[in-house]
Formats: sequence, structure tokens, C-alpha cells
Amino acid sequence: MKTELLDSVESKSLKKEIPYFEIGDLVDVQCRIREGAKTRVQIFSGTVIARKGRGINETFTVRRVSGDEGVERIFPINSPNVVDVRAIRSGKTRRAKLYYLRQRSGKGIRLPQRHSKHTVTK
Amino acid sequence: MVMLLGKKIGMTQVYDESGRITSVTVLQVGPCSVLQVKTGETDGYSAVQLGFEDVKESRRKKPQVGHAAKANTVAKRFIRECRLADDAEAEYSAGDEVTVSAFADIKYVDVSGTSKGKGFAGGMKRHGFGGFPASHGTERKHRAPGSISSFASDAGHGGNLKKGKKMAGRMGGVRVTTRNHELVSIDAEKNLLVVKGAVPGAAGGYVEIRRSKKDGK
Repeated sequence: MKTELLDSVESKSLKKEIPYFEIGDLVDVQCRIREGAKTRVQIFSGTVIARKGRGINETFTVRRVSGDEGVERIFPINSPNVVDVRAIRSGKTRRAKLYYLRQRSGKGIRLPQRHSKHTVTK
Repeated sequence: MVMLLGKKIGMTQVYDESGRITSVTVLQVGPCSVLQVKTGETDGYSAVQLGFEDVKESRRKKPQVGHAAKANTVAKRFIRECRLADDAEAEYSAGDEVTVSAFADIKYVDVSGTSKGKGFAGGMKRHGFGGFPASHGTERKHRAPGSISSFASDAGHGGNLKKGKKMAGRMGGVRVTTRNHELVSIDAEKNLLVVKGAVPGAAGGYVEIRRSKKDGK
């Protein structure tokens, strides 16, 4: 009963449709960025290495290596600032959290490609 | 109405229009029954007595039933008075029902409730004492309160301590008021009030919600 009431408040902040992507996917995250009065959409692309939390607390972590430096961003999946997540390429993975990629560099960070329906470019 | 009674449901988060996430507390507020209206002539002061949540039928006491019957309602579990200015005309009469919609044009609220009991707590937790260093020769007194007074000090002298000296003891389980909670949203259908920030007490605890002084202007 109590959680039902909490859910009713939460549900207003949840997105109706959450873009589909999987762990290991190479994704383009379209995030809304405010610069002064203007807002624009910036794309952060990288590999999804983790997805955690439930409901309003659900987040996913995207890792990319730019230059020699690994960059990770954690996005709340229901944030209105995360406009869209486009899966470009699927990676073959054997676990749900790809934290082992942090220890790798160079060619080692590439995941073997897996052909999946959700990444077929429209 | 400047006060309503309710129950803490729990905490969650919501996004506002700008996409920022805020921590909020969900309160189930009302419907409250006006059990009695006290006036200067009959009671020596003006107040409105509110009741929230029915007592289970098998647990109702006769005096409770009788008191509630005067307002054509059933015995209530949580009863509080809302004091009014002496010359104020009561807007309500016994038997009226007050719902969250009474807070429709209010922006800030104060919430009072009973804080979570912490049991017997030491000085560091209860009063924010600093404790002692973890190393540099400190032995067996890392969380100790330190000296409580000397023979002649402001904290008492000659073997006597000043009353009210901060020491370890029972913590929590007392009435606490948190002020100026921004009102995030109202759900009149489900009797829900969503306020910004944390509210005293555990989920399921009873709370009083009053209009903030800050809101008055």
C-alpha cells in the first residue's frame, strides 16, 4: 500500500518509453546541455559497461577512451536530460558488469561484435 | 486552514522541469475531521481540534467514541489542536472534513513529527562532540566526551555539574520540527502531499503539517 503511493509519485517522473540497449553496446547518448539560455543536444558515445538500480534510481554507465584517458559517465536513465540512447553496435559479453575494461587499454578494450536486431541501423 | 495531520509514507526522487532531480518526502495528508472547535467563551482559548485516521472498531474506547460522535464521526488515532488567534472567526465547525486541497495555494510548509529513536547514544553522535585522535598515542578514549568540568569552571564547580551538561544519553524519539519545506505537488485524489527534503520520523509515523512563516508574505 505504502509503496503503491510512493510509486504513484515516482511514476510522474518516469519516462514512458526507455530506449532499448544492452550491456556491451556501443551507444550514442544524446544529452541535453544548457549553455546560458540556450539548450542543445550533445552526444556522448561509448560502451555501456553497467546498468544498475530500479525505477527512478536506474542508471547506466558509459565508458569511452578519449586520447589515452578513460572517461566514464553515469546517466540516470529517466532523466529528462538524457534525450535518447541509440545503440550502434552490440558487443559480445559474458557478464553484466564490464568493469574489467578499466584494466585494459589499446586493442583490448574492443569487444567482439555480436549481430543483434536492436542495433540494426534504421 | 493553517494545519493538517498526516502520515509519512516515505522518500523518493522527482525531476523538475529543468531536469534536475530533487529528493522529496511523500506524505499522506488527511482527510482530517474537525472534532471540536474551541472558543474563548467555552474553553478560554480558540482552537480547532483535528483528527486523522480511524481507530479500528474493536479498539475504540467509549470516551473516544463519545467525543467523536459530537462531530458525527468515528474515533480518531491522531488528534491535534490547531491554535487560532483569539479574535479569529472559526472557518470550520465540528464535523467538517479538511483535505489536502486546503493547502492548494501554499508554497512552504513546516512539518512536525517524532524523530526516530536512536537509543543510548554517545556524545559524538548525540551532540556532535569531536572525540579524540585515532592515533598519536590515544588509547581507549577515541569517542570519549573529554573533561566535563574542573573544580571551578563555567561548567560547574566543587563536584557539581551544571544542569543540562551535554553528555551521553537517550537520543531521538522526541518531537522535531523541520521548517520551510517547499511544496512540490499535491494529489487531491490520493490525499498526497509531496514536500522537498526529509521529514522527522520513520515511514508510517504521524506528522503535523503547518503553513510556514516564510509563506505568509
